[in-house]
Amino acid sequence: MTKTLYRWFWVWDFEKEEQWFNEMAEQGWVLESVGFCRYTFRQCEPGEYTVRMEMHPYEPEYIEFMEETGAELVGRVFQWIYLRKKTSDGEFNIFSDIDSRIEHLQKIARVLMIIGFMNIAVGLLNAFNPTHVGFLNMMCAALLMYGLGRIHGKTEALENSRQIHE
Amino acid sequence: MAESYALTETTYYILLALVQPRHGYGIMQVVEEYSQRRIRLAAGTLYGALNALVEKGWIVLLPPQEGSRRKEYRITEDGLMILQEEIARLKELYENGEAILKGEK
Repeated sequence: MTKTLYRWFWVWDFEKEEQWFNEMAEQGWVLESVGFCRYTFRQCEPGEYTVRMEMHPYEPEYIEFMEETGAELVGRVFQWIYLRKKTSDGEFNIFSDIDSRIEHLQKIARVLMIIGFMNIAVGLLNAFNPTHVGFLNMMCAALLMYGLGRIHGKTEALENSRQIHE
Repeated sequence: MAESYALTETTYYILLALVQPRHGYGIMQVVEEYSQRRIRLAAGTLYGALNALVEKGWIVLLPPQEGSRRKEYRITEDGLMILQEEIARLKELYENGEAILKGEK
């Protein structure tokens, strides 16, 4: 049996999204496929799976590497990959040190920045357009800059702890 | 080769694991064993570290074995040198720590 749910998560809340998958898995619903704001779950034993997500540009070699370690690709949406692993096959994390967590956040920040600047550029080009599309672009850019700030905050917290330990 | 930075635990244990040729999953298992289950390398972290170490020339990707798609890696001469320097550094840290806490220094 499967069920499909529609949800919106901000990029900077990806940890909440991941937490939701794992709460669902605890309740016996494992993520089966993903689409834009669309999540399909399949019934499983409660706690049978751990689900993780990562921003990682499409790289078949990376997926193969993940599969070698017992993980399984659930799907991809834009630059995000969704993976799951049976809890009986051991603990499942994508990152195990501070450095690689920081790198991941920086990757997300770069993407937000690029989209943000694109919106500013298009917004400026559209500034004299009577339909006010330019205004929408500027709103998008402002939102993305807010997201960038949130990601930056997370990065900074990790960097502070990195000064003392690994 | 004047690399005077400390290695991270991740890097140190990957280099140590690759004194023998191993594939990714093999590295994860042996590091867990060496560290008595204290360190569980996660696949994403390991993948990034392996690529960085290949780029530095401290480890190499071995030619693919017949019938296996798994990639195997092994430490290089440069990697071994780095590892020896790191062990000397750790020895210094360890010996100073012991001596000072025992009141010998």
